[in-house]
Amino acid sequence: MSKNFLRDTQYAILLLLILLSSATTVFAQDPTPTDDEVNRIAKELYCPVCESTPLDVCPTEACRQWRELIRSMLAEGKSEEEIKQYFVTQYGARVLSEPPNRWASYLVPVAAFLLGAFLLFRGFRLWLRPVTAESASPKDEAESVSQDDYVRQLEEELKKRK
Amino acid sequence: MIADFGFGVLLVAFLASLYSVIAALYGEFNKIPAMVESARRAMLLTWPLLTLAAGILVYLLVNDHYEVKFVYEVTSRAMPTYLKVTAWWGGQAGSLLFWSWLMSAFASLVTLRKWDRDREFLPWVIVVASVTLAFFIGMNLFFENPFRQFYQTFNNEIAAYTFQPANSILFTPADGQGLNPLLRHPGMIIHPPMLYLGFVSFVIPYAFAMAALITGRTDDRWIRLTRRWTLWAWLFLSAGLVLGGRWAYDVLGWGGYWGWDPVEIAAFMPWLTGTAFLHSVMIQEKRGMFKHWNMLLVILTYDLVIFGTFLTRSGVLSSVHAFAQSAIGPLFFAFIGITLITSVALIIYRWDLLKSETQMTSLLSREALFLLNNLLFMSILVVCFWGVIYPLISELFTGQKVTVGPPFYERATGPLWATLLLLMGIAPLSAWGHSTLKTLGRAIWIPAFGAVIVTAALFVTYTQNVFALVGFFLVALVILVTIYEYGRGAYARSRSQGENIFTAFWNLTGRNRRRYGGYIIHLSMMLMAIGILGIELFQVETQGTLAVGDSLQLSGYTVRYKEVASWDNPGAGVNHTRAVVEVYDKNGNLLGNLHPRKDYYYDTQQPMTIPGQLASLKDEVYVLLIDWEPITPVGTTFKIFVNPLVNWLWLGSLLFLVGVIIAAWPDKDPERVTVRDGKRVPQASAAD
Repeated sequence: MSKNFLRDTQYAILLLLILLSSATTVFAQDPTPTDDEVNRIAKELYCPVCESTPLDVCPTEACRQWRELIRSMLAEGKSEEEIKQYFVTQYGARVLSEPPNRWASYLVPVAAFLLGAFLLFRGFRLWLRPVTAESASPKDEAESVSQDDYVRQLEEELKKRK
Repeated sequence: MIADFGFGVLLVAFLASLYSVIAALYGEFNKIPAMVESARRAMLLTWPLLTLAAGILVYLLVNDHYEVKFVYEVTSRAMPTYLKVTAWWGGQAGSLLFWSWLMSAFASLVTLRKWDRDREFLPWVIVVASVTLAFFIGMNLFFENPFRQFYQTFNNEIAAYTFQPANSILFTPADGQGLNPLLRHPGMIIHPPMLYLGFVSFVIPYAFAMAALITGRTDDRWIRLTRRWTLWAWLFLSAGLVLGGRWAYDVLGWGGYWGWDPVEIAAFMPWLTGTAFLHSVMIQEKRGMFKHWNMLLVILTYDLVIFGTFLTRSGVLSSVHAFAQSAIGPLFFAFIGITLITSVALIIYRWDLLKSETQMTSLLSREALFLLNNLLFMSILVVCFWGVIYPLISELFTGQKVTVGPPFYERATGPLWATLLLLMGIAPLSAWGHSTLKTLGRAIWIPAFGAVIVTAALFVTYTQNVFALVGFFLVALVILVTIYEYGRGAYARSRSQGENIFTAFWNLTGRNRRRYGGYIIHLSMMLMAIGILGIELFQVETQGTLAVGDSLQLSGYTVRYKEVASWDNPGAGVNHTRAVVEVYDKNGNLLGNLHPRKDYYYDTQQPMTIPGQLASLKDEVYVLLIDWEPITPVGTTFKIFVNPLVNWLWLGSLLFLVGVIIAAWPDKDPERVTVRDGKRVPQASAAD
């Protein structure tokens, strides 16, 4: 019940804001921002209601109002950062397309890649070491090359042609 | 009544799969072949049983039995019959049954093969497949029962129950809610079955891998037995992903095909490990190396398949609360956890048996490059997995809800994809066992030189974007290397066999299906990469409200608004609003009329935006009718995208199918192996 009440209040405030801001646009000096200008910012914001839907393509009524809100804020001369900040303050960091503390989100993948690369190259060194000693044996060398019979045959055929 | 019967059949199928697990284990431990045979037959029985259960569900769907909750949720009277059938996989309960049904079909197919040479695998393959099957049927039985019906109790409360509560009567709503309109597209008829086919067929290699680990027969027999299964599984999964992309492009109305949505990523992750496996398994076949790693990849693929199935429909990863409230969430995770731990424990148990038979001899050998390829695929997997679970982790530890959207994935995977392309260019030229910089350099300089020329030409005529030029250089390199390799083979064959070059080309592919199928797959990937580079780097868009006769300009095209009409289709319960726009090129030539439209479904009260598309190899004009401005006689709002090169993506997908079919086509005797000096040497024609 209290949740619904809270949400209703939020919508009411939002609607009021929209009305107020559209009222101010009437007196604003700037021409009405174009759809493209609105979409440029809306594209980088995520619908707070629908999952994984950028604001510029979300078909819900709420998102339509939010886009109009962006338009009015642009008309008021607010910058992209200010508009994004407004949405973050109102609806939380989830409206941004990336987590605010970006380094934390990249840390794990980068660390995993480095660890994988380290293990792999350490592995390469380990795997290669005993063979360098053995590779003096021509038999082993010949055998490893002959593994790819097909390539060998191919090379021979090509040599013959030359 | 019939719904109760359906539930009963499902219960029997569940018991049959449980019995087959117990009988197989009992037969194996007590050395009673008859019990194993009994287990096999019980497993064979699950498919007809699940077919019957599915048939009952489809009957209920088609015949408007809205007293069944699932039928009520996914169909409505206005829906055509074919959509009522496909609504089977339009909701979670039905999807799970669909999964089980496909799984039992595959498991039955496997048990029908000749087992003479692999008797010891049979009981364990049955155990793994039946445990998986029992888990999914159990989900249906106990948590997501598609046969639950509405009952009205004496205090007028209506709720869905599996069994009729005391003092209640069956309640039948007049009409159903109808299928989500987004799922009513033809793409949705084929996309989920393909994806699920891919999912379930990956269970088979896993079952064989486990059987190999348990029995200790850890040579590469299990790999040879499942190689084609894996390729077909990969084909289905890839086709499912591409069809999903095409569906998104045609239906979702945002001008793209891939949005890095958790559901998409869930289906993409097993593809990543599956692709890594397809490559690294060749190292084991050719060189007898990295057996532990291949086992691990199969296990990961299996568990990601389970994870993907669960994520696709549940949406539980949207928040911690959704996860906690979902009855099946914790169970799925428990199942994934148990199978993962058991499987890894088995690898550790059999560690010594899985030791490599040969040593790596060169950092530039084919096997070393394949390992690098695996590192890159696994890194992309980590990015995807981390991106999917990061919002949960953030909410859990900081209480802050966050979104991980496309910028994260694009930035994190971009360099990895580029390196993969580079590897794709180098690896076909390196030899198994031994390659040096000199041999590689000798082979690569001609294609590399060609790629530089192509890139220079693109720089002059098409783009100065550095990322695009790097991308196009790599694409050109891979294409030229592949053609060079193909040409070299065909030339050698045509000379040695006296065939003309086309016959040589044809026979070469026929005799080395896996190698040349693989090359065709590489080529198709490059066509897809051209499309992806085009749309990712050069997509432009504009939006505007037009009066009739007005036009919007974008990227040399003029889109002129001609008319709009709106009408009801009462039979289908849809309102269509369709605009007609003309598209002109920069010289003012009319290229054609497009009909972007918006369909509004009354039953679900949801709109669907269908773009008007003018496709060519150069680009695609993609026009959307937007209603975020009210559609009035004075103005209609359109959004226009120009998507350069995007159709190469779809062309590449078609070529991809050809490549995989060539690679996976059964040989006359795929398992023929000659033994030379006590070492396995695969036959070039069959196993190459």
